[in-house]
This record gives sequence, C-alpha cells and structure tokens, in this order.
Amino acid sequence: MVAYVLRRLLLSVLVLFGVSVVVFSLIHFAPGDPARLLLPDGALEEDVAFVRKALGLDQPLYVQYKVFITHALQGDLGQSLYYKQPALGIILEHLPATIELTFAALVFSLLVAVPMGILSAVRRDTVWDYLGMGLATIGQATPVYWLGLMLILFFAVQLRWMPASGRGGVEYLILPAITLGAPLMALVTRLVRSGMLDLLGEDYIRTARAKGVAEWGVVLRHALRNIMIPLVTVVGLQFGALLGGAVITETVFAWPGVGRLVVDAITARDYPLVQAATLLVSGYFVLINLVLDVLYVYLDPRVRYS
Amino acid sequence: MRNTAAGAEPTAPKSAENEGVRLGTHEMRSERRPARATTAQRLWRSRRVVFGGTVLLIICLAAIFANQIAPADPEMVSMNDRLVAPTWFSHGWKFCLGADPLGRDVLSRIIFGARISLLVGVTAVGLSGTVGILLGLLAGYYGGKVDETIMRLADIQLAIPTILLAIALVGVMGPNLRNLIVVLGITGWVIYARTIRGVVLSVRAMQFVEAATALGAGDRRTLLGHILPNLWTPAIVIASQQVGFMIIMESALSFLGLGVQPPTPTWGGMIADGRGYLVTAWHVTTMPGLVLMTTVLAVNFFGDGLRDVLDPKFRL
Repeated sequence: MVAYVLRRLLLSVLVLFGVSVVVFSLIHFAPGDPARLLLPDGALEEDVAFVRKALGLDQPLYVQYKVFITHALQGDLGQSLYYKQPALGIILEHLPATIELTFAALVFSLLVAVPMGILSAVRRDTVWDYLGMGLATIGQATPVYWLGLMLILFFAVQLRWMPASGRGGVEYLILPAITLGAPLMALVTRLVRSGMLDLLGEDYIRTARAKGVAEWGVVLRHALRNIMIPLVTVVGLQFGALLGGAVITETVFAWPGVGRLVVDAITARDYPLVQAATLLVSGYFVLINLVLDVLYVYLDPRVRYS
Repeated sequence: MRNTAAGAEPTAPKSAENEGVRLGTHEMRSERRPARATTAQRLWRSRRVVFGGTVLLIICLAAIFANQIAPADPEMVSMNDRLVAPTWFSHGWKFCLGADPLGRDVLSRIIFGARISLLVGVTAVGLSGTVGILLGLLAGYYGGKVDETIMRLADIQLAIPTILLAIALVGVMGPNLRNLIVVLGITGWVIYARTIRGVVLSVRAMQFVEAATALGAGDRRTLLGHILPNLWTPAIVIASQQVGFMIIMESALSFLGLGVQPPTPTWGGMIADGRGYLVTAWHVTTMPGLVLMTTVLAVNFFGDGLRDVLDPKFRL
C-alpha cells in the first residue's frame, strides 16, 4: 500500500513538472517577441530590448526554464504586471473563493445526481426515470455561462430571491454552485443510473434479495457501495472540468476567485499572473486526484493487495 | 487495404467483426440476432440518430444558405432599432427575435453565427481526432518508451483544465478563427489517444495481426492495413460525442471575448452582448443560448444514437 501511494506521489510530481514546462512555454507561443507581449501596443524598441534583458528573455530557453523552475520551487511565481505584487500572494488571496465554489458545486451535483440516478434506475421507464434522464440530457447540452445568466434572469432579476453576483453569505453561493455543478450533475446521474442498472442484475444482489434484505437495503447497502468506485474515478477526472467551469462561472457571477482573476489577467495582458494561476490551479487539481487515489485504497480493497 | 478501411462502416459483417474484436462476443451476438440489419438500416431506425440528424441538417443548411435566408445583414448597425423586443413574426421575419444593443437583427446573427460554431466544432474535432488517433496508435502499437511518453504527456495535458489552457493559449496567440481551431484541436487529443491505445492493445493481440506479422508484413502495413480499420468505429463514436463539447468550448471562448472577433456574429459573443441588458432586453441573451443548446442537444442525440448502433458496449 505504501508502494502504491509512493508511486502515485511520484507520478504527481512528474505531472506537475510537465505542467510547469507547459506553463513556462506559454508566453513563447506568442507570435513574435514575448517581451513585446508584456508591453503595451506600440512600445518603443529600446523598451522591448530592456524588458527582454531584464526578464532574461535573451537567454537560451533551457536557462530561462531553469531560472523559472528554481524561483517557482522557492515560492516565487513572478510579479503580476497589473497589481505590481508577487503573483503567488494575489492568487492565494483568491483561491479560497474558488475552493468554496468548486466544493459547493461538487456537493450540489452529488446530492442531486446520486439520488436521481438511483431513482431512475430503480424506477426504470417511469416518469422519474424520464425526468432524471431528461434533466441529465439537457444539463450536458447547456453551456455553463448561459445557464448562469438564465438563473440570474429568473431568480435574481424576476423573482428577486437571490443576489445576482458577488460573494457573501450562502445566498450568494447558491446560483453559482448550481451553474457550475450542472454538467457534473448530468454526468453523474447518467453514471449512477447505468451503474445501478448493471449492478441490480448481479448475483449478489439476487442473493441479498433472496435472503430477505429490504429493497432499500439492497440498493443502499449492496449496490450503492459498488457505485462509489467508478464515481470517485469520474469525480476525480471531472474535477478539472469543474475548475475550468469555475473560470467561466466566476466571470458570470463576478465571483472573486482565481478563475475570474485569470480572465481579467488575460484581458490586461498580465501573463506572469496567468502563468502562475494556471500552475497553481493545475497543482490543486493534481493534489485532489492524489487524495482520491489514496481514498481508493479504502474504497476498493483490491488496490491494497495489488 | 484502403478498401477494407473504407468499407468498415457501412457493411454489416465487417462492423460485426469490429464489435467482436472489441468485446469478444462476436458469435454470441450473431446467434441472438440471426438476421442482422445493416448498419445503415439500424441507424435509420434509431430515433435519436434521425431526430438529431434532422435538426443538425436544418442548422447546417441554415449556415450554408445564411446569405439567402437571413432576413437582414447580421452586421448592420441601426441605433434606432436598439434592443427592439421580439415581434414574433407579426411584422415578418426581421426582428421576429428582436434586436441587439446595436440594433442588429438577432435572428440573422443567430443564422450567421451557426457558421462559426459548426466550422469550429467540426474542424477542431477533425484536428484533435487526427492527432489523438495517431498518438494512440503509436502508443498502443510500439508500447514501451513510446507508450510511456505519450501517456505521460496525456496525464500532463489532463492536469491543466482544458478551458483554462485554451483561454491562456488563445490569449497569448491572439484571438482569431485559426488560433481558436488550433488551440481547441491540440487540447482535445487525449480522449482519442487513450481510447485508441486501448483498442490497439487488444487488436494487436488478435491472431490475424500475429498472422500478418508472421507472413512478413512490416510495421507500416500491419498498422495501416490491419489495425487501423478496426479503429474507425471507436474513433467515429468519440468524434461524434466531441463535436458538442467543442461547440460549447468555442462559444465559451467567444463569450469571454477570446473567440472570433466582432462584428462577426458568434453565439457566445451574442450572449455576452446581452449580458448587460438582462433586465431590459432578456431576448438578446436567451435566444442565441436556446439555439446553442438545441444544437448541442442534437449533436449529442446523434452521437449517442450512433454509439448505440455502432458500438453498444462503449459507454461513458
């Protein structure tokens, strides 16, 4: 088991190293001189030359990367051009809001999707099934930002039940969490439903029924437990999509998180901040997956012995 | 050999073999259904394929003949008509879905916007599919270090949320149609590579591949002639399911101002245009969104139906 966790840890470090290379290369994707990218349009040639030299952009790429990664490992992710502060500090300020939003979305989607998926499977081909599958189908086809705007239109503008934007108490969290969680909810509903349908035909379920376990006991104790493993896998993989969705959701709801920070930074051409945020958000995602990998050990005893 | 590849989809025996290869259930399936319909017949019978396909066809035709059917010039600004409410056909087609903050006809902009969505959706899927299938093929066939390298690259790519990477890349490279397609194309390869690699691994172990190798077929011949034809079904299934995702991604980038630039109409851009007018002119945001959702629904229906017909076991 220790070997398994160590292997996962090593793999995570490797992935993070790769991510750092991608993030470092980012500004080199710019057409022309990356130094020009960091300056306003029509900057003088000597200013460009100065920036190029000051940031070491005249050095060979591997030297530049070495400097970048050495600084990053020491917690220096560069200076934000817009805020004129270390990028790391700014991002850490915004990170709690993003974590709050992504977890609220995750909790919302699971709380709705798991019961809905179970109900759809157990009451197959009834109105519950059609309702659940209909919601899932629409949820998968609806762009997150548009759903957000529609929710604002109905619940904030028309009904005035909820604030339209900003961060504060729980009432501020509800609409963004529903918006961000909707695609995941759709996916998990389908997953739980199809997983349940497969499981309910299994021998051990028939055995449980035969020995007189109540129907809800069969579903909750025997079937649901076995749904957990594919569920954790999907949640782990989809957490990245959730973080990506947060970028858009935060923009729609003016939610003060890292996602909105990135979009604003792109607009302000604050590329060091974009690089730092991409690195940290990816790091957060890798960390979540590492935690889930360890969680597997508890959910699935087979992992422990292999 | 090319013929086998091209013939893999429409004729029943070949497609049955494909499923057999993937699932090892070839005989079982043919026993259960002795008189199999051809793939084309089964597609035609699938309600989802027919429904999704019909809606898609209408949207495609609208995009192609936009010049002929749009009631107004989608880029013509008319400040007198700012935010005109939908007239619901009482005054003909123009402004039947209202006007945007610059007085442009919303319906016409939706019709022309379909061009960008469909173009980006299809080309980005084509690009990412080509890259992904190629890498998956190499990883699965050669194994060892090649496999290890490609799969680690996939892990790295997956660690960066797609939309975040796309935003950063488009932001750096400059927002235009070409960059949009390239960025969406290169960020979408992983799902193909992983799936195709798995299929290649199982196909490579089959006896007919072994036989080909024993008869002296080189790598190139084995890969292109014997393995590639078996990959079409999973590849088509993934591709059909990725189109909707790419259309949503394009619209999201356009919404953030990182797509095709104004005044060219895009659905995402139109939704962004209406953001500030939710209270006074809900139609500016709602209409393009409804069309966008319908399009993605149709694509997904079509893709799901296609999957059920071509490869019933391949889910999620």
